[in-house]
Amino acid sequence: MSKGPFKLERAGLLQLLQALKTQGYLTLGPTVREGAIVYDELHRLEDLPIGYTDHQEGGSYRLEQRGDGAMFGYNVGPHSWKRFMHPPILRLFRARQANGDLEFESEGEAAPKYAFIGVRACELQAIRVQDRVFLGGPYQDPHYKARREQVFIVAVNCTQAGHTCFCASVESGPRAQTGFDLALTEVVDGEHSYFVGEVGSEAGARLLDRVAHRAAQEAEWNQALALVDRAARQMRHLDTQGLKERLYQSLEHPRWQVVANRCLSCGNCTQVCPTCFCTSVEDHTDLAGQVAERTRRWDSCFTADFSYLHGGSVRVSTLARYRQWLTHKLASWQDQFGLLGCVGCGRCITWCPVGIDLTEEVAAMNDVQTGRFAPKEAGGAHV
Amino acid sequence: MSKAGLEHYLNEHPFFRGLRPKDLAWLAELAEPLECEVGDYLYREGEESRDFYLIQEGLVRLEIHAPGQGDLVIQTVGPGDVLGWSVMIPETRKTFSARIFQATRLLAFDAASVRARAEQDHHFGYELCKRFSRVIGERLQATRLRLLDLYGQPS
Amino acid sequence: MVSLPSPIVVDPMRPRPFRVARVMRETADVVTLELEAQTGPPLRFQPGQFTMLYVFGVGEVPISISGDPQKPERLVHTIRKVGAVTEALCNLRKGAVVGVRGPFGSHWPLEQARGHDVVMVAGGIGLPPLRPAIYHLLHHRQDYGRVYLLYGARTPRDLLFPEELKRWQYTLSHAPGATPVRVTVDRAEGDWDGAVGLVTSLIAPLTIDPSRTTALMVGPEVMMRFTIAELRKRGIPEENLYLSMERNMKCAVGFCGHCQLGPHFVCRDGPVLAFPQVRDWMTRKEV
Repeated sequence: MSKGPFKLERAGLLQLLQALKTQGYLTLGPTVREGAIVYDELHRLEDLPIGYTDHQEGGSYRLEQRGDGAMFGYNVGPHSWKRFMHPPILRLFRARQANGDLEFESEGEAAPKYAFIGVRACELQAIRVQDRVFLGGPYQDPHYKARREQVFIVAVNCTQAGHTCFCASVESGPRAQTGFDLALTEVVDGEHSYFVGEVGSEAGARLLDRVAHRAAQEAEWNQALALVDRAARQMRHLDTQGLKERLYQSLEHPRWQVVANRCLSCGNCTQVCPTCFCTSVEDHTDLAGQVAERTRRWDSCFTADFSYLHGGSVRVSTLARYRQWLTHKLASWQDQFGLLGCVGCGRCITWCPVGIDLTEEVAAMNDVQTGRFAPKEAGGAHV
Repeated sequence: MSKAGLEHYLNEHPFFRGLRPKDLAWLAELAEPLECEVGDYLYREGEESRDFYLIQEGLVRLEIHAPGQGDLVIQTVGPGDVLGWSVMIPETRKTFSARIFQATRLLAFDAASVRARAEQDHHFGYELCKRFSRVIGERLQATRLRLLDLYGQPS
Repeated sequence: MVSLPSPIVVDPMRPRPFRVARVMRETADVVTLELEAQTGPPLRFQPGQFTMLYVFGVGEVPISISGDPQKPERLVHTIRKVGAVTEALCNLRKGAVVGVRGPFGSHWPLEQARGHDVVMVAGGIGLPPLRPAIYHLLHHRQDYGRVYLLYGARTPRDLLFPEELKRWQYTLSHAPGATPVRVTVDRAEGDWDGAVGLVTSLIAPLTIDPSRTTALMVGPEVMMRFTIAELRKRGIPEENLYLSMERNMKCAVGFCGHCQLGPHFVCRDGPVLAFPQVRDWMTRKEV
């Protein structure tokens, strides 16, 4: 794996796509659908969002023409790669009842072999985060593991930042550092573009051998780095210094009520978040009552049932649910998994229907000395 | 128990601990040791408060009588408990009966004497009030918690 | 491509079939089930751990194991009807088959408690999760100092395991005449001849060596908060107080996120937690 930086023309990228298909991968990447850039199967380079960019603001996402031929000239859309490794709906087992016995079968289908093309640095971090959740503890999720073990990752660096991005604050991007098989930076020149890349694994090196490429010149490599560096300087900011302690001390901060007054408790943020992993299960039986199955589906900490304890929910108010989401993502996640649950992709800001911006909420809670302030709860302590 | 032994005993008890030696000596003098048999009434509902009690051994039931339902048990008190905080309030009457449920040894303290000393010596009175406040607070807290019916089926 | 470590259980989400070997009606709404593995080895567990019990087509619930850890061939659970799944479990007959996953979670600190006095405080349906610890203490009685079981129930009719409570009065005893089992009820009924009042009122009179005492408690959270306050008054160090917590456990292995309490996954880091782990979270509303 001693390969240095390389240069890949578009023809080489097409060969790469074809080589992956030949090796049995389902090639997934960005494509335009219903006004957004989503992740779906890539058959040819024309499936890529050529010439598109995504204009993102709090509560707003709009595709626009760039006026050039860039293939990866956008940031991130509503999808993330978790939908493939941690599917939104998954059957966990089937139970069969016959002659008074009960048999359990795990999901029998072989896990698909995925190649992800166009993985952003923040998304590589999101995959690392979910690896900790599903593989890093005393138990491992066999469904996630089966998909994860086979995945091939082609990262593509961002050369511009979206208006809701803050990966540089949480040190997840914009440049892909590890966790990929190949990483590319697209250099756009009018309708044309080429890629400067680096190899991240043996599998990546082997694949590259099957694709037309040449070593990158120093100037080409430096130009690519400069493009990524430019993106780093365009972002909003989240102050991560002492973030966990700050939030733990701010659990009664009046700002929670302010944000709760806006929050619709819709759970969009949890659906688009590339690290949110919470699920619920559903049990069904067939009409004959002989076969039952259990499916797991993405859940959201914003639903009432999420914290149900016989009798009622632990978190009744929107305040409590938003607080749970934010403090989990930015504080307790660190206790649980040793890293932040946020990768700075900005999706929760963009896809929030009322444009709640977690970087703004955290900044508003910096005055932790008001942490003991409990609004409208006086009048009962000692009577 | 000798008088010195009684003073020591009182000073070891969380209710009396920290009172001035002269107060402890006075209380030791006042204390009347009683041994009660099962079924005895320490006091009955409606009676005037004569004494307060420090239970040393046994079990006392606080009861209230409801026609047709017999004696309803509100609470039991046992070793270490102080019973009869209402003595600090003059001319009060007992709202519950206290009946011995297991053979009980206790110390009784004459209410009128305690109140008279508290009136004369406000330091003593204040110290005693603080201690009874704690007893009342604990009793109130326990009552509130039982109102929650914590072990019942969630509604 | 990554190479990943091997898991301890291949699929922790798939149940194993167990047959109901015995059903005991404990009270009007509590049933004890004894289960036997249909295939494979019996399920070994540590006192305080729980399993996920699955009723065909109805669903799955977390239930603490209430049996003897030295007799794993019978997996014992004591279940109260509070919802659809627990009701289905309570209505099972001998011979029925259920799904079992587990055992999961942390256990009572019975190793660290060696040489200590042990105070167990149970409220309501909190006694079953302590019973494996009681069995352990009985099996290793000489390794522990004074042992107390303080048990509060709603009414005398709600008392669980009344015959065993009588036996334990002698078998848990550290000295002739000691009364290690102390029971109180919220409402006296019938010919109840014991204490009436909160379980916390049983703590003050205990003879213990506070600095060398370990306390284990299970019950409604409000009860445990006041139990802790009373145990602290006795001078037992915070780090020797252990609680069994309850949250919405669905997966039991830390994947589903439902049972979080601050930084803890109650299913994985709990259910048994040391008081300092939850001190800042227990009294906070809606966390």
